Amino acid sequence: MSSASGAAPPGRPGRHVAGPVEPDALAVEGLQVSYRVGGRDLLALRDVSLRVGPRQAYGLVGESGSGKSTVALAVTRYLARNGRVSGGTISVAGTDVLALRGERLRRLRAETVSMVYQEPGKALNPSIRVGRQLAEVFEIAGARRREALAAAEDALTRVQISDPRRLLERYPHELSGGMLQRVVIAMALASEPSLLILDEPTTALDATVEAEVLDLVSSLREELDTSILFISHNLAVIAKMCDRVGVLYAGELVEEGSASEVFTEPRHPYTVGLLSCIPRRGLRKDHGRLDTIPGFLPAPGSVLAGCIFAPRCGLVEAQCRLSEPPLAELGNYRRSRCYFPGRALEVGSRGAGPGEPAEAPAGRPPVGARAPLLGLRQVSKSFSARHEQLHALVGIDLEIGSGETLGLVGESGSGKTTLARAVLGLSAPDEGSTIELNGVPLAGSAGRRTGDQLAAVQIVFQNPDSALNRRHSVRRILRRALARSAGPRGMDREERLAELIGSVRMEPRQLGLRPAQLSGGLKQRVAIARAFAGEPALVVCDEPTSALDVSVQAAILNLLVELQARRNVSYLFISHDLGVVRYLADRIAVLYLGRLMEVGPAEAVFSGPQHPYTEALLSAVPSLDGQRRGRIRLTGEIPSAASPPSGCVFHTRCPRRLASGICESAEPPLLEVAAGRTMRCHIPLDELAQLQREPPAEAPAVPGASANGSSPL
Amino acid sequence: MASYLVKRLGLAVVTLVLLSMIIFLAGQVLPGDPGRAVLGNFASAQSVRVFDHRIGYDRPFVTQYWSWVSGIVRGNFGISYQYNSPVAPMIFSGLWNSLKLALLALCIIVPLSIGAGVLAALNVGRPLDRIISILGLSGSTVPEFVSGIFVIVIFAVVFKLLPPTADSGAGAGFFTQLDHLVLPAIPLVVEFFGYISRITRATTVEALDSDYVRTAVLKGLRRRTVIRRHVLRNSLLPAITVIASQTGYLIGGLVVIETLFQYPGIGDLIYNAAKNKDFPMLEAGVLAIGVIYLLATLAADLASSLLNPRVRIDATR
Ligand code: SF4
Ligand code: SF4
Repeated sequence: MSSASGAAPPGRPGRHVAGPVEPDALAVEGLQVSYRVGGRDLLALRDVSLRVGPRQAYGLVGESGSGKSTVALAVTRYLARNGRVSGGTISVAGTDVLALRGERLRRLRAETVSMVYQEPGKALNPSIRVGRQLAEVFEIAGARRREALAAAEDALTRVQISDPRRLLERYPHELSGGMLQRVVIAMALASEPSLLILDEPTTALDATVEAEVLDLVSSLREELDTSILFISHNLAVIAKMCDRVGVLYAGELVEEGSASEVFTEPRHPYTVGLLSCIPRRGLRKDHGRLDTIPGFLPAPGSVLAGCIFAPRCGLVEAQCRLSEPPLAELGNYRRSRCYFPGRALEVGSRGAGPGEPAEAPAGRPPVGARAPLLGLRQVSKSFSARHEQLHALVGIDLEIGSGETLGLVGESGSGKTTLARAVLGLSAPDEGSTIELNGVPLAGSAGRRTGDQLAAVQIVFQNPDSALNRRHSVRRILRRALARSAGPRGMDREERLAELIGSVRMEPRQLGLRPAQLSGGLKQRVAIARAFAGEPALVVCDEPTSALDVSVQAAILNLLVELQARRNVSYLFISHDLGVVRYLADRIAVLYLGRLMEVGPAEAVFSGPQHPYTEALLSAVPSLDGQRRGRIRLTGEIPSAASPPSGCVFHTRCPRRLASGICESAEPPLLEVAAGRTMRCHIPLDELAQLQREPPAEAPAVPGASANGSSPL
Repeated sequence: MASYLVKRLGLAVVTLVLLSMIIFLAGQVLPGDPGRAVLGNFASAQSVRVFDHRIGYDRPFVTQYWSWVSGIVRGNFGISYQYNSPVAPMIFSGLWNSLKLALLALCIIVPLSIGAGVLAALNVGRPLDRIISILGLSGSTVPEFVSGIFVIVIFAVVFKLLPPTADSGAGAGFFTQLDHLVLPAIPLVVEFFGYISRITRATTVEALDSDYVRTAVLKGLRRRTVIRRHVLRNSLLPAITVIASQTGYLIGGLVVIETLFQYPGIGDLIYNAAKNKDFPMLEAGVLAIGVIYLLATLAADLASSLLNPRVRIDATR
């Protein structure tokens, strides 16, 4: 059933060449891993084969439940207690990993393979200084305590940490996520391993920090002789970092090939589906719905006779359900586990699955013609902490029209959440701030707002798990929300309930379930239904899709668009994913250190010219075409809101800072630079346009990418 | 740190004041009156009244409370009705005796149950883990007086290995005292082993499953080093805090054990005081236990904040 050995990836001598051949950094053959749950063995990986050649970077993509992390854990022999390799072989740099025991396994981990994973904050021991933890690696290699500390300092210099000596003395919780991830990378590379496994290394980081860390990994990779297995759900990151890519679905490798080919010419319907779910290439909600992959991942352990993707595949034919397709060689080192690799691309044009009628949000009034629904005037919020005043928001002036989506972007620490909380009345803004709904001032704290006002502003959180009461059924959750709201009279409770659950495209039979019985996407639908129970005028969406897989994200975004078109609701949409913001938002507001840097119509902001900070945010996002638009890079960390920089608060990191010194001395006002566009920068808009047209100094111009100003988002 | 300490101490004082009020109130609502309890059933109503008047039992509650509290502040804990002598020296000698017993018990409990907890965690799901948890569970379901009688019968009566009473008499040497105290300590160990080993097992398993231990293992550290440096350091802290919070139960257990083994500790004093409605003794005894309990919790919090950099930082906020 398996095509025994994978194709030898290009760019290195083939195995038939005489003489000593450098072994693959990683060779996995027919790997089968199962987890024992409730007395049953559930297969998490089926017959996975892949090879990572010397100095190669191999990307493994897949959604949650695909088994991608299980691959990494199997390679390092760190499967959970109930996990077991039940078939296949793994060899790292020529060593059979599965045969190793005790001391030899320890040596392999110490010398040959290293791993970096998602949450840097948890990867380090909270009660030991960073320096000690880093020095341990060198002590294992035989260094004395003092030498090891010196080596640790060098290692930190290598990951571009400017004051390594001070950092050595810190505890992990005193460092930012980006810093921590550098430390972890330094630790992983200290032994100069043959294989470095990166498991979602930047998923928990801001886009700007992600860009820095990815740049760091790329440059270290050239410096060291390390092969990389890069695991991520983010296709664009993989496209940027990897030579080859494998796509995992439900524990099976369904497609493999060079990164550029797989992403431009996918040969498996699942890959096609994944790619078309992502809002990109300037796609906006007016252009139409996002594609989704209908259906769900098969339950773990379920046995399908035929193709594992058949229940969700748009191309499925009788043959597919009878026997499983092999991972067929397509030439040019490409493989696909589909009977019809050549037709895979057809699936994209079929779009959404059954039961989801396309409802084009047509006939909406243009931006600017809408009456303002929410008005913020001079909204500030300061916290006092340890004898300091922390200015989280400073003089925010903002409006959201009815039926409009305002996208709020900025790094973490920019004040996005504080702004959302102020609008919701969860934390009252400072004296002198005004928040108006339909022209009527709202009280600062929710407790002093009227019932109607409370119902009018609702929220959808990032994590539906913590937002929904685990012990209550969906019915009870929604009923409570309905009871709190006035709602249209004349409909009885059950009818309203059925209507509500239908409006988020769920079945009435799902009302009886509890949140734990629902998938992440369904839970988020329930959270949305709850927000819409009281016919709100404004829904604050705080990273509503960040915890979801891309295919699920697409469905949720479609739902939000649909609900908006039908109910004329406004959204304050907070997201770190600029592609998503571009798809959904009518207007964009960019926050930095609690101040608005720029506000304007989404298209104008994205196509530029932009405020230098916006430009930096956009440059940080890797694009799927694998082209680097690294026009400018942000370095350093966001300064503390307790002591913001003088003049323009962005000047400490601004790549376009003026030589005249005005940026350091005077804070630019938020000025109207074009119709409906305000910006806070000393450089006039036309000069910015000029500057941003020029190719960046370091990276060569990419044809077609920035010349016409259309970013590939 | 200093401000944290002050805050914690202030809180402890408030707790003590509240505790003293509750104790005092409880003494008032108990049925019967002290004169009758002290003088016996055959005393005349007249002499009972005189006694009650002398000790101030017939004065209003607030006045009584105030004179009691102001006495304590001046170091005067009152006069015991039963023994007709000052309470303070008796309380202190009782405390000292109990402390000896408690310390011995703790010296056995802590290493034994922490060791067993860690051992169970390192063998999660294996037979050793099961055995330890079954032992612990069955131990903690047996009340002290049952296990106390059991050990007396086995070790003192049948095998005659150890003396059946805890009191070694005045002026006994260290080893004689130890000899007498081992037997009463055993029921306490049996009682607490299960809980503490379970907590230790849980915190150790959590540390073992953590990302930072994965980092340590994948670094290639030896298993022993991983456990000592990365697991135990983080798992024992919460366990210590829990042990300290068990001091109250330990003292509760002492009352039973001291009565059973006829040991003149604070528990025995309180028991007799309650039986005889000896309010000054009862109140002073319970207050003393409250102070010990608060001090133990405070010490545990301080220890954990000194050992854990995160708590230390947060505490200063
Ligand atoms: S084999 Fe059939 S069902 Fe499977 S992916 Fe290909 S076309 Fe779809
Ligand atoms: S004012 Fe100066 S520092 Fe601020 S964004 Fe503009 S160019 Fe950069």
